[in-house]
Amino acid sequence: MQITSPTFKANSSGALKDPQLQKALKHVKSNFIEKRASAVEALPEFDALRDSAVSIKNHVLENLDIYLETFEKNVTKNGGHVHWAATASDARGQILDICRRVGAKSVTKGKSMISEEIGLNEFLEASSIPPIETDLGEYIIQLRGEHPSHIIAPAVHLNMDQVREEFQKKHTHLPADRELSEPESLLKEARGILRDKFQQADVGITGANFLIAETGSTIIVTNEGNGDLTQSLPKVHIVIASIEKIVPTLEDMSQFVRILARSATGQEMSVYTTLSTGPKRKGDPDGPEEFHVILLDNGRSGMIGTEFQDMLRCIRCGACMNHCPVYHAVGGHAYGWVYPGPMGSVLTPQFIGVDQAGHLPNASTFCGRCEAVCPMKIPLPRMMRHWREQEFEKHLSPPSHRRNLSLWAWLAKRPKLYRISTALVARGLWLLGGFKRRTSFLPFAGAWTKHRDMPTPQGGTFVVQWNLGKRPPRSIETWRRVK
Amino acid sequence: MNEPVRVGLFVTCLVDLFRPSVGFAAAKLLEEAGCEVYVPVSQTCCGQPAWNSGDKADTADIAKDVIKAFEEFDYIVAPSGSCAGMLSKHYPELFADNIAWKERSTKFAMKVFELVSFLTDVLKVERVEAAINAKITYHDSCSGLRELNIKNQPRKLLNSIEGVTLSEMKNPDVCCGFGGTFAVKYSDISNSIVTEKIENVENAEADLLLAGDLGCLLNMAGKLRRTGAKTEVRHVAEVLAGMTDTPPIGGKA
Repeated sequence: MQITSPTFKANSSGALKDPQLQKALKHVKSNFIEKRASAVEALPEFDALRDSAVSIKNHVLENLDIYLETFEKNVTKNGGHVHWAATASDARGQILDICRRVGAKSVTKGKSMISEEIGLNEFLEASSIPPIETDLGEYIIQLRGEHPSHIIAPAVHLNMDQVREEFQKKHTHLPADRELSEPESLLKEARGILRDKFQQADVGITGANFLIAETGSTIIVTNEGNGDLTQSLPKVHIVIASIEKIVPTLEDMSQFVRILARSATGQEMSVYTTLSTGPKRKGDPDGPEEFHVILLDNGRSGMIGTEFQDMLRCIRCGACMNHCPVYHAVGGHAYGWVYPGPMGSVLTPQFIGVDQAGHLPNASTFCGRCEAVCPMKIPLPRMMRHWREQEFEKHLSPPSHRRNLSLWAWLAKRPKLYRISTALVARGLWLLGGFKRRTSFLPFAGAWTKHRDMPTPQGGTFVVQWNLGKRPPRSIETWRRVK
Repeated sequence: MNEPVRVGLFVTCLVDLFRPSVGFAAAKLLEEAGCEVYVPVSQTCCGQPAWNSGDKADTADIAKDVIKAFEEFDYIVAPSGSCAGMLSKHYPELFADNIAWKERSTKFAMKVFELVSFLTDVLKVERVEAAINAKITYHDSCSGLRELNIKNQPRKLLNSIEGVTLSEMKNPDVCCGFGGTFAVKYSDISNSIVTEKIENVENAEADLLLAGDLGCLLNMAGKLRRTGAKTEVRHVAEVLAGMTDTPPIGGKA
């Protein structure tokens, strides 16, 4: 996909002026947050489960090679195939090879952010194998030629009237005056269209929420059942998953499942939790004849041992963006690549380079709400700060910002000069504010005063006044004691 | 008789420059709780602007100056959750790989507290002698809330004041959009966040908006005054110390 992260500022200004988007984002602010909060409250051991999940994942990341090889061995034993993809291009090539070998004319897809990461849809289209997204949200944005704006709710930036309009425009084989006023009627229409696609598809591609080493199983958690049809109706099922999705055992997986849906949608569990363990066996009534797992690295192994290793614990629940004031303000597309919100602000520089994505780790107030709700306790603000450090070291931050910063730091290290300068500034701004105690215009602070007044100082600085002997009003007892 | 507690007041650069009355209010509260208050004249800033801009070298220089100026005191207290968080949480993180300064910064960090939580949690202050007749709404500043667990402490002391009614706003724990340099680097986004914040403030129908961090207060006061809203703005220490004779932040509504 086209990267627009370098124009994050312009993207976000556009997003702030888009009334449809702003209306849609209101749902993120209220629904997800309230539902998560009540799901968490209802589970006393939620925090203990988080700690346990964190330690499982940390253990996996320390022993990733062992668990990946165990996973491969067990997939193979079950009759499936594992393909190792070092890069996005390797993964695309492996998928295309399989599709070509079986003569695939069409492909259905379950929701997968990894497929977004490797740009699979554009690639398959260019190779004349049209991919059909079967998750309702993904289907809608595919019709619109868009990418997901949220990792679990890809069409969260849209309102119902936009969906209705799109269906009327694209589903031209249906009567123009059909009933489409209710969400149910839209859903029914999409379901009818997708039913045929499921049955025609030669290959089904899904992602995976987890990979289980001990059984060689892949797991998807969904709410629509489209993933199950995608992976069980076609002759071939391809799973595309990144290497950090691995967990050691089925028992471990059950812990993750308990915190995933609660953190994401506030459900106790998603409607479907589907395990795939190899192709159809003898005597099975249905299932794919071939089962392939593409294991994608795409730079992840390079994060191990660095300050970004903890990011590999991420289970893609979306809680960080659901609770992010910046995401609430601008939505997911403004971030300009596959992963939005706080997790995207950490991951995107890793994938496309901090020179391209430098805005993202900077566009955070460091309010820390993301870290507070992250089920995997990933220190997201700290990692964004690490990116800022890299930017600073590589001289990528804007020159004006660097100049101001170094002038300020130079002064902050010289207390006497600092006292004199701040005294002058305090006096000057005090005069400017006058009796109103504020100003609506301030030289060099236009970005502030564009939207709000600047309260002005009280006149003298505290440290100088204190050291000249000024004291707060005191009671007699206090006077006696402090003299 | 017990030795008095010697407190180094880290007044913060914003209070020093914009609102000395908060520094005097902090000193008054600390003295009334039995502390001896010291104000080292060499203090400037905690270093957050450099730290959050990825400039570790300048941050380390500034942090060393702060530690040297304050480590002799029994406690170091700041009228700001954000700066107290910087001193107590991030200095040890900054010096994690520095053999000479790791232990020194950790020892220092353990003595650092935000003003209101220091009063309630360390000095066990239960009530303050102040009088004000006002309906108050309190904003939880992010660093204080999430790094230092400051939530009930200011409410407890405010409730001890006769004449105070607390009126909670919707989402008091959601960021005001200040974020230090964020407010000017991404001013349109910051504006969107603070606009929603002051909507919630106004709906609380309070006379007075309080918080424990001057950065957030300047941001919210600036927006409230620009939009012509009625709620006035002060630092929580001013009200707790009964020092509300100065004009509010950003002036009267």
